[in-house]
Amino acid sequence: MKFWERVSGVDRRILYAVLALAVVLPLFFRPRPSARVSAPVRDAYNAIDTLAPGSVVVISIDYDPSSAPELQPMMLALLRHCFSRNLKVIITAQLALGLPLGDAALGIAAPEHGKSYGTDYVNIGYRPGGGAVMLGIGRELRGYFSTDTRDVPVDSFEFMRRVHNYRDIAVVVSLAHGAVADWWVQYVGARFNEPIVVGCTGVNVSSMFPYYKAGQIAGLLAGMQGAAEYESLVGRPDKATKGMLAQSVAHALIIALLVVGNVGFLLSRRRKAKA
Amino acid sequence: MLRNGLPLIIVFVTAMLLIVAFFIPHKPFGDLESRFLNWYSIVAGFTFLLGLDSLTRHHLVRVIRRREGWFYSLMLVLSLFTTLALGFYSWIRFKDPFSAGSPFDWLYRSMIIPLQSTMFATLAFFIVSAAFRAFRVRNLAATLLLVAACLVMIGNVPVGSDIWHAVSRLAHSVFPRVDAGALGRVELFATVKDWLMKIAQTSAMRGIGIGLSLGGIAMSLRIILGIERTYLSS
Repeated sequence: MKFWERVSGVDRRILYAVLALAVVLPLFFRPRPSARVSAPVRDAYNAIDTLAPGSVVVISIDYDPSSAPELQPMMLALLRHCFSRNLKVIITAQLALGLPLGDAALGIAAPEHGKSYGTDYVNIGYRPGGGAVMLGIGRELRGYFSTDTRDVPVDSFEFMRRVHNYRDIAVVVSLAHGAVADWWVQYVGARFNEPIVVGCTGVNVSSMFPYYKAGQIAGLLAGMQGAAEYESLVGRPDKATKGMLAQSVAHALIIALLVVGNVGFLLSRRRKAKA
Repeated sequence: MLRNGLPLIIVFVTAMLLIVAFFIPHKPFGDLESRFLNWYSIVAGFTFLLGLDSLTRHHLVRVIRRREGWFYSLMLVLSLFTTLALGFYSWIRFKDPFSAGSPFDWLYRSMIIPLQSTMFATLAFFIVSAAFRAFRVRNLAATLLLVAACLVMIGNVPVGSDIWHAVSRLAHSVFPRVDAGALGRVELFATVKDWLMKIAQTSAMRGIGIGLSLGGIAMSLRIILGIERTYLSS
């Protein structure tokens, strides 16, 4: 009994060290692609995969570096998928600090597929206003984004000349770590009947599932697991796939700690009841 | 009258126009909505200035009066204005703050990314500590929550699938009539996790969502009709 009490009272710094090892060590092992693909991820994949070449996809970077480990692999996998299907991509952001993350992903995915700025993709940047910007694009994109992030008029890009509002945009993808994905669903999906695909962090997935179950979003990528599944569908296992082993070990460690902590708790409670 | 009445009239008229514009998106209401959206975006831009003013005042007062933790406030103010200065300099000198080689881009890559990542990553350590010390099976509800959490955690990672396949093979070795392949395809942990996410938690989230929405509608009506006036108090 003393053993369990001693274990359940272990110094938190030891727990931190064990967790650090549980996360870091698996990163040195070879990643294994996700064998099982969940329905929400497959639906997200199909929403992009069934688009005709030349269709326009808007990817909104609604996250900043704090959530990049989960959402940046999604961004990269989505870009690879879009470019492999010869889709035109418009990058925008509802968080200004997310924009360079989009540029970083484009810097990897575009050269891989021989895609060039202006011809295959454009970065129109960030405007303050949130829901107002989303609604405004429904009337005319140029009302908010007359130029791209380099101050080049969007009409100087051939494919952008035919993009005016959501009627010209096949799918909007929101990669979000907060409530911004809700805005896309509520302001754009509900009002303009625009197909929305959401990629969110693991902690946000519970608020997104009602939209998915109600058919209000076309697909859902949830956390690093969602990103890993998308990577396996695209056929390019990358950082999310690699990270899943670390996440597996971390989850197993947390479960083990829960069990140990509760055994110690129950034993000490029984001892107190006897005394 | 003017001090209290005028804002109420502005709120009522604006709300009515926006509601009408939502259902009749044609001229003149559609144009009005567009105009309001532009105004909203401009006002949203200015809220950053408001935030800057409020934050700076709050922390400068703490520094000047040497309140507890004043040094952190000083660091915050210095970091804030250094970031602003580098942002403006990079914007003017390089046309874009995030241009490769600009000071702001350096600040973003060398400071903001590592600091934000660290802040978020430390959550994992707190979760582990909390799970070990505070997540206790004190009653039935807590036990159900703990079991559900464990099932979602194990079903959400590949190791859950590995464990289930190992269980399937073990079942086959003990009971040869059990088809290990068919049992493995059940993916019990992932299936249970999917059920918990799609049915159990979605039902709860819908309830919360409907409650929040009804609350939002009620509050909006109270504001539009001038019943709720706390926003007028300074």
